[in-house]
Amino acid sequence: MTQVERQAWDVVVVGAGGAGLRAAIEAREQGMRCAVICKSLFGKAHTVMAEGGIAASMGNVNEGDNWQVHFRDTMRGGKFLNHWRMAELHAQEAPDRVWELETWGALFDRTADGRISQRNFGGHEYPRLAHVGDRTGLELIRTLQQKIVSLQQEDKAETGDYESRLKVFQECTVTRILKDGERVCGVFGYERESGRFFAIDAPAVVLATGGIGKSFKVTSNSWEYTGDGHALALLAGAPLINMEFVQFHPTGMVWPPSVKGILVTESVRGDGGVLRNSEGKRFMFDYIPDVFKEKYAQSEDEGDRWYEDPDHNRRPPELLPRDEVARAINAEVKAGRGSPHGGVFLDVSTRMSAEVIKRRLPSMHHQFKELADVDITAEPMEVGPTCHYVMGGVDVDPDTAAATGVPGLFAAGEVAGGMHGSNRLGGNSLSDLLVFGRRAGLYAAKYAQDSARSGPRAAPDEAQLDLAAAEALRPFSAEGGAASGSAAPAENPYTLHQELQQAMNDLVGIIRKAGEMEEALHRLSGLRTRARRAGVEGHRQFNPGWHLAIDLRNMLLVSECVARAALERSESRGGHTRDDYPQMDREWRRVNLVCRLSDPSGGLAAPDAGHGQIRLDRREMPPIRPDLLGLFEKDELMKYLTDEELTQ
Amino acid sequence: MATGTDPQATTSTDREAPPGGVHGPSRAAIPSRHLRTDRWWLAPAATAAGLLAFIVYSTWRAFAGDDYYAEPYVSPFYSPCIAQNCVPMKGGANWEIFGAWWGLSPALLILIFPLGFRLTCYYYRKAYYRGFWASPPACAVAEPRSRYTGETRFPLILQNLHRYFFYFALIVAGILSYDTVLGFRDEHGRWGHMGLGTLILLVNITLIWAYTLSCHSCRHIVGGRLKHFSRHPVRYRLWEGVSRLNARHAQLAWASLISVAVADFYVYLLASGAFDDPRFF
Amino acid sequence: MSAYEARFRVWRGDVDGGGLKDFQVEVHDGEVVLDIVHRLQATQAPDLAVRWNCKAGKCGSCSAEINGRPRLMCMTRMSVFEQDETITITPLRAFPVVRDLVTDVSFNYAKAREVPSFVPPADLKPGEYRMRQEDVGRSQEFRKCIECFLCQDTCHVLRDFEQNKEAFAGPRFLMRVAELDMHPLDAAADSGIDRKRGAQEDHGLGYCNITKCCTDVCPEQIRITDNALIPLKERAVDRKYDPLVWLGNKIRRRDG
Repeated sequence: MTQVERQAWDVVVVGAGGAGLRAAIEAREQGMRCAVICKSLFGKAHTVMAEGGIAASMGNVNEGDNWQVHFRDTMRGGKFLNHWRMAELHAQEAPDRVWELETWGALFDRTADGRISQRNFGGHEYPRLAHVGDRTGLELIRTLQQKIVSLQQEDKAETGDYESRLKVFQECTVTRILKDGERVCGVFGYERESGRFFAIDAPAVVLATGGIGKSFKVTSNSWEYTGDGHALALLAGAPLINMEFVQFHPTGMVWPPSVKGILVTESVRGDGGVLRNSEGKRFMFDYIPDVFKEKYAQSEDEGDRWYEDPDHNRRPPELLPRDEVARAINAEVKAGRGSPHGGVFLDVSTRMSAEVIKRRLPSMHHQFKELADVDITAEPMEVGPTCHYVMGGVDVDPDTAAATGVPGLFAAGEVAGGMHGSNRLGGNSLSDLLVFGRRAGLYAAKYAQDSARSGPRAAPDEAQLDLAAAEALRPFSAEGGAASGSAAPAENPYTLHQELQQAMNDLVGIIRKAGEMEEALHRLSGLRTRARRAGVEGHRQFNPGWHLAIDLRNMLLVSECVARAALERSESRGGHTRDDYPQMDREWRRVNLVCRLSDPSGGLAAPDAGHGQIRLDRREMPPIRPDLLGLFEKDELMKYLTDEELTQ
Repeated sequence: MATGTDPQATTSTDREAPPGGVHGPSRAAIPSRHLRTDRWWLAPAATAAGLLAFIVYSTWRAFAGDDYYAEPYVSPFYSPCIAQNCVPMKGGANWEIFGAWWGLSPALLILIFPLGFRLTCYYYRKAYYRGFWASPPACAVAEPRSRYTGETRFPLILQNLHRYFFYFALIVAGILSYDTVLGFRDEHGRWGHMGLGTLILLVNITLIWAYTLSCHSCRHIVGGRLKHFSRHPVRYRLWEGVSRLNARHAQLAWASLISVAVADFYVYLLASGAFDDPRFF
Repeated sequence: MSAYEARFRVWRGDVDGGGLKDFQVEVHDGEVVLDIVHRLQATQAPDLAVRWNCKAGKCGSCSAEINGRPRLMCMTRMSVFEQDETITITPLRAFPVVRDLVTDVSFNYAKAREVPSFVPPADLKPGEYRMRQEDVGRSQEFRKCIECFLCQDTCHVLRDFEQNKEAFAGPRFLMRVAELDMHPLDAAADSGIDRKRGAQEDHGLGYCNITKCCTDVCPEQIRITDNALIPLKERAVDRKYDPLVWLGNKIRRRDG
């Protein structure tokens, strides 16, 4: 039997980004003992990369704002594929979640009368994003981190131990969710530092692992974004939805090569940055889609005036939702009007003074100066699309964040699906983390409480632990081992990862075609076979090659979901653009594509690894509540909803 | 599991543990005290050389007790002159507070204050801790000692008195300003004169004021200690102004140190008759 | 400029020992040191341990010492070195080594817990907080901190004197005290916490001899010494060494 250290907690949160920490705080405040497990150090989660702000209709800058307007913007941005109830809860609760941060010590930028300042962002009708310069994500993560420390200080005062009720297990990776029959009963993982295995028994597990960007070559995401939570949910028997929708942020750095993909915040455009092609033309005016025609400026003059007088002018098309801008940039570059390094120009230097740029966009100024030797106060940036966010994720109950079909499993943040529909608006991710992070923590705590009342807690059986340990150790015995099933040499996990990223980037990227996606699925099956032979050198202590070999399983699973769902959806919508089906199809709006593991036993030991692991089903969306539909003009609804839906 | 955010057993915070700094048993085994490849020693060496030069010069001049007044100019080392053995200065800061029993140079009585101000100054502290004490010699270069208590104990805890020296420095700067005004008289006490000496004193006093007002204690007193700037708009403005000066505190420290020495040396040249003061009007 | 072969010396080992290992590795246009470390992992040393995350200077994970200077590997461009220069990379030398370039930074998390948290004002509900931009500016500067711990690493009080680690919180956490003490709505005083006194008595402010290495290494260009540590020292002087201020506070009892 494998040597596995075991502990028991009430709620386990996997991931220590915004959603995970918010969930942990809530679970602890509900009186549950809560463990947080994260792959990096505490406070380094990818949330720190969020720059622009937290969308919440506080109405501090424009009093016209309220949750209904925010709801409307969110639904429009997601092309009505959002789960309406999630969008509703999100818009209603976001202001409270932001204000709550202030009581924990957050310091947002202020309005002249001392309230939280709010900035403009793509797709948001009013200035709505609470922000701190362009480092809002850092403020969010630090505030939550410090709130956790503050709770730990309370626990220390009471029990003598900081970690008696809330503990962060940093630099640990969870590889399996453990189950007792249908129910969750814990997690299995390893410490990255020592390579030792551990299991935590817990009736409730909250997934808050973020996204999947590391399956793509050009991405703004960090190494942690290997789709762990998506894969863990699948393996535990929970379905994923909307996986075909991957957001390509329009503005990532394109040069130098080593930083390709790193994000250039949308605030650059929100604060007045303009996009130009190599001919110096503000090309976005040519790319305003019909559904947005009435909402955006038709001339440069009008767009320019909007910054000073937003009530009497329409906003410039640089502030269209991200999918539109990304596609436009892609088209310009394809048409040969790109910048020298294959992007387009984004310029703030013409509209703002150097001093204002440095104050409002300090980290952008710093990032370009340090990494690209470009002074954004004097010259334009070169930018291009970068894989940024996955709208798809674990299918959850909108109110409780409970995963479908697996009692005890919850998901919040990027790993959960439904909230953003086919495309997420900037600023809605941080508010999503807070709103649904709290809900996941709350309902996980309730679930844990109830299960404690209903009897003794179940513990995972030894066989599950042994299987999980054997799976994790396979890379050490890859070469010529029984697992490989052949005498082929061991594969380098880094090479496999690069090939996976290249395949996804080229074949299931921003513009998709049926043939290419079929090719992608073919390549994925080859990679899957080879990944079984992924072998590593050295020992288990802090061995990045081993870690990557284990993460490959997750990336391959998730990539297959993306490719299969994208191939199935024969329309273009939000973060899913088909070259062969360029139009949005109202019939498709009612359909969620649901991914499940094709072998429901959860095993990956299918004899033929080349055979797909994912089964795809169609599911009808629940109808939108009539009072919420009433927030829209009928004309607008007709663009999205079928006649049948409208007459109901 | 040992993966929480608590220090692990290897993190020795035990007072009994053998000190060793970068060569301690838990640290990465690297024999060198540092791996810097730049000329890290240059800055502390230059600082030490500059300070030493000033110390040598000022010691000579302070103990000399001579050649510090050449009408209408007085050396900043000797103002105010508060002993009976001072050279009479027409209308100058020449008060016989100390009786005839004081036989040493009158500069020694007064230099304690600017010396104390500069000795406890946050910039000079950095300069001499690095330059003279090698504490540290440079960033990421190991210190050549095994114990360190910083400014927690006597005598270095007295660095906290900087603020009092700042109050005195204001008085001294006021007196030196008065001296500078007197520099607009000629040797007969008539107003409307200006010579090279006047200009030198003027530059010196400007730098002295800039250095004094850019002091960190000053920054704290004018506004830094407030919790709400918005309730004290005037002090906030002052704080902003002092903060701008404060950013150049190190440069001002050196500039005023040099200007003081130059002013004194110029007066010495005049008083010893080695040079005649060129007149502008 | 095109690709060239660079010479690297990378410290490999663990707490039981180790040393600098030589590598020859290809360098391309526009790369940073972290890219080279990744290339080493992918081609020559797959088990080379290194921490990193965002690769954009925002998370503060990839702290190491490059040619003896504490830096973020992701923000150190290869173009700052000569092509024939041997570049040495070691783990942070103020903390216990775990493996290769990874150190045990838990000291910092322990110190973070010792700083009393923000105390919300009792009379304000969420949403009622009003703060002026000029009142939050100072603390906002300190909240730019990405917790890379380079300041903790370079600070000689911690780096050169293991025995001081107990008494001294280091620049990062003294700055945290300053941040809270300057927070316009922190109500610590109402609950009996004196942050100024605490800085000196609990967090070892007196150990700092303001030699400014923390400010020099800060990748966020926070002026730690001038804006946090020295003001904190001055605030401690207010409390402990300035009878005029003490008397004034006694008489007026007002809080600027």
